[in-house]
Amino acid sequence: MELHNIEKLLEKYFEATATVAEEETLRTYFSQDNVAKHLETYKPMFQYFSTAKEEQFTKKLPLKANKNYGKWISVAAVAAIVFSLYFGNLYQEKQAEQEEAQYAYNQTKKALDLLAQNFSKGTRKVAYLNQFEQTKQKLYKKK
Amino acid sequence: MKQTEFLNLVLPFKDKLFRLSKRLLVSTEEAEDATQEVLLKLWSKNSKMKEYKNVEAFAMTMTKNFCLDRLKSKQASNLKLVHSNYGDDTNSLQKNIEAKDSVNWVEIIMDELPEQQKMVLQLRDIEQYTFEEIEELLDMKPTAIRVALSRARKTVREKLTQKHNYGIA
Repeated sequence: MELHNIEKLLEKYFEATATVAEEETLRTYFSQDNVAKHLETYKPMFQYFSTAKEEQFTKKLPLKANKNYGKWISVAAVAAIVFSLYFGNLYQEKQAEQEEAQYAYNQTKKALDLLAQNFSKGTRKVAYLNQFEQTKQKLYKKK
Repeated sequence: MKQTEFLNLVLPFKDKLFRLSKRLLVSTEEAEDATQEVLLKLWSKNSKMKEYKNVEAFAMTMTKNFCLDRLKSKQASNLKLVHSNYGDDTNSLQKNIEAKDSVNWVEIIMDELPEQQKMVLQLRDIEQYTFEEIEELLDMKPTAIRVALSRARKTVREKLTQKHNYGIA
């Protein structure tokens, strides 16, 4: 690269009128070893720009989806609790109802049994009446 | 947008975000926190991401605003930013004047620049953005950018020659 050219580019560079490509030329010129004596002052400047570009962001990003989960887990927990309370209650109610029904059933059965017993007692008594009828028939036939 | 998709989208420019925030905040830790914050903000907007035509420019502007806010709040609360990054370098500079140390000097000189010049110099000379991109990123007029850039470069040159002429004071 012609020294005269570099000087011209430097001038443009400091007036901030150089293009990206022209600045790239300067950077490559100053990154090599044989830089003209009177231009050596600029060397660290361009060298720094090149090294500064190598710095990297190494920290890990905590992008875990649980950031969004957190919110929803509490919602899900509340829903589960409400759900279980509601259905737990419902279940208990159902059970109590069932017990009551069973009790009522037993009572009714007992009552009906009692009734049936009394009925059968009645039929046995009616059997005597049959006897009476038979003897009555016998009497009529003899006649 | 899936997590891996997001990471792939962010990967090409996340270092640029970091370097810009480090330029403004000086401390590596602060810059890391800032970059992380900006990327997380971006991630939380991820459903709207497709609406932005230039995610990189958007992220850079976000970083710039975040860091400037950060600096403002630090100044308001009268707290100095803690930066231990180059403390050792100054020590070694006093011991020997090597080319490597002059390179470090550029960093220190850049830290002394006003924020706007710092940003313009960072974006142009380190990240090699075009003037149009810088206009968009910093929301500045083209002439203002050129003036700031020219001033920043000249200041660096001036201070660098000073250091060379007087040795390390």
